[in-house]
Amino acid sequence: MSTRGSGTPRVAGQQSAPVSFISGTDGSIRRRLFLSRVFSWTCRFVTYAALAVLIVLLAAIIWSSVGRLAFDFVYNPNSSNPIKAGMLAGLWGSFWLILFTALFSVPVGVGSAIYLEEIAKDSFFVRVIKTNISNLAGVPSIVYGILGYTVFRSLAAVLKVWFDGQHAFNILGLFRLRLLKLPIYEDNILVGALTLTLVVLPTVISAAQEALRSVPSSIRVASLALGATRWQTIWRQVIPAALPGISTGVILSTSRAIGEAAPLIMLGALTITTMVPGNIDSPVKLITRPLQVLHAPLDQFTAMPIEIYDWSKRPDPQDRFTAVAASGIIVLMLVLLSVNAVAMVVRHYASRRLKW
Amino acid sequence: MTQAKLPAWAIRRISRRYEKLIQAALFLCAALSVLTTAAIILVLLTNAVYAPGAKTAFFERVSFWEFVTGTHWKPVDGQYGRFGIIPLLCGTMMVAGIASLVSVPAGLGAAIYMSEYAGPREREFLKPILEILAGIPSVVFGFFALKFITPWILKPMFSLVGIDLQIFNTLSAGIVVGIMVTPLIASLSEDVIRSVPRSLREAAFALGSTRFDVSVRIVVPAALSGILAAFLLAFSRAIGETMAVTIAGGQQAIATLNPLQGAQTMTGFMVHASTGDSAADSISRMSIYAVGIALFAITLTINVISGWVLRRYREVYQ
Repeated sequence: MSTRGSGTPRVAGQQSAPVSFISGTDGSIRRRLFLSRVFSWTCRFVTYAALAVLIVLLAAIIWSSVGRLAFDFVYNPNSSNPIKAGMLAGLWGSFWLILFTALFSVPVGVGSAIYLEEIAKDSFFVRVIKTNISNLAGVPSIVYGILGYTVFRSLAAVLKVWFDGQHAFNILGLFRLRLLKLPIYEDNILVGALTLTLVVLPTVISAAQEALRSVPSSIRVASLALGATRWQTIWRQVIPAALPGISTGVILSTSRAIGEAAPLIMLGALTITTMVPGNIDSPVKLITRPLQVLHAPLDQFTAMPIEIYDWSKRPDPQDRFTAVAASGIIVLMLVLLSVNAVAMVVRHYASRRLKW
Repeated sequence: MTQAKLPAWAIRRISRRYEKLIQAALFLCAALSVLTTAAIILVLLTNAVYAPGAKTAFFERVSFWEFVTGTHWKPVDGQYGRFGIIPLLCGTMMVAGIASLVSVPAGLGAAIYMSEYAGPREREFLKPILEILAGIPSVVFGFFALKFITPWILKPMFSLVGIDLQIFNTLSAGIVVGIMVTPLIASLSEDVIRSVPRSLREAAFALGSTRFDVSVRIVVPAALSGILAAFLLAFSRAIGETMAVTIAGGQQAIATLNPLQGAQTMTGFMVHASTGDSAADSISRMSIYAVGIALFAITLTINVISGWVLRRYREVYQ
């Protein structure tokens, strides 16, 4: 029984439709409606504040970049002269890093997801793995940097000693690498990529799991009923069906590595350098200089976010590096945007053929 | 010419072996994550607590008690080195606290708005915006704090009341970290809020509730475990946040709770120390592992509590 109308009687039709359901005396109704309206506007304000922050952020960066942003910014190497400083080294460093991060993290991540979703039974160890993955996702990326510094960088240092011919087992080094004059560095691209792989792996796994979970089980059951083995079912039915989801999720989660600076700085990646990995400073050289391509993964590097970090905090009386840092941010964000666009296009085209 | 046909039993045997092999490979992929955790713990422990071989671990040189209770952080080699983590902890907790003050109301408000008020088309518009905000790299937010928020917003505001704000300050770092983790709170809370059954809302409306009543008294309490878990996750993310804090928060390790000053955080120290040129087994370098253990332990504890809250206090609806 509603308590409506216990105060003064109200003329029918005076209030709008939803109000007639609200219970209470007239004064309390008005108060509660007012509170409700204030609350809804507060929530709306807070939500649209996110949009406002985004716009202000972009505007501030574009506005700060005035004075440096020009086309030569992407093909100039870094320089202590803010008018000339460019991002060539960072762009190529990030390119190699993300290439190898994807090469390492995609097979392992998708493989883990397939194991957890399609093969594993609910055993104690599988539960341990699942809990572990969700905990790893919460580990700060800088902790992976410590791991990379201590494990991967030390491994690279051992390799360096081997192949530099200071070790008894240098036969392979002599014949392969010294002949090609490929020096190995301990803070090389592969070390960075392995570290970034560990950073993105938990997100890659859960993105792939999500995609596999969305494949209806009728497809698996039908395939198994027709006599396919478990792996045939996975390889010929489940993976093709989940491919749009897997590729979008994996591209998006791997691309997060492009913006990661902390673990790379922990590894001792270069902050100020004009050097491009393997001396490959244009896409043409990827084809014309195969030896240098071979060298690039073992070369030192810097990356886009590292350069931005360095420019942002560089003390300069006239603040001239602010424009350089802002230009770097614009390039970084354009790269991220184009990767996301690729992911969207992949999703669009891959999901067109699939209907159930 | 046709190929010689293998008998059926041979095909079965080969395929069974092939099957086993692939399953083993996939299992190894999944087990790699356990190996990663083990490696992290092993690396931190063997450098901070007990070092086998010739190296000396951090806690073999500095007492654990001094590390936990010391109020001075001066990570230099020799007799002037002081290794008390309190200053770094102060910086970290201030940043994470300010970030929570920003992100908890913003994230929860956005989650409520998107699930309870916005129509499907508005949601389609708002969700990508939060996703974009979540995808912006940390260095960008650091730049935004140092070059925009501090000089153009906070400094004029504080100069009005006659307070001088330092260029590096924890306040701006906390604000941007808050902005960074808001999408996390919003999307996690929205998921749990949306999973609250419709019938509950309809029942409340039928009994004469306003939308405020439904949101605050019905939906949020029903989704409370998930919302709290989201807050905790965001808090631990804020603690582990590195680049934005390093750029905007400065590099003075002082035990202060004044957000208008610069203060180094645990993550900020680690970045700072690794860009320095101290020897690999010097105590200043080894202190990275000790701070790393503290960071790892704190974030892991909060994450585990978050998972526990989610499971323990979950309301299950049919």
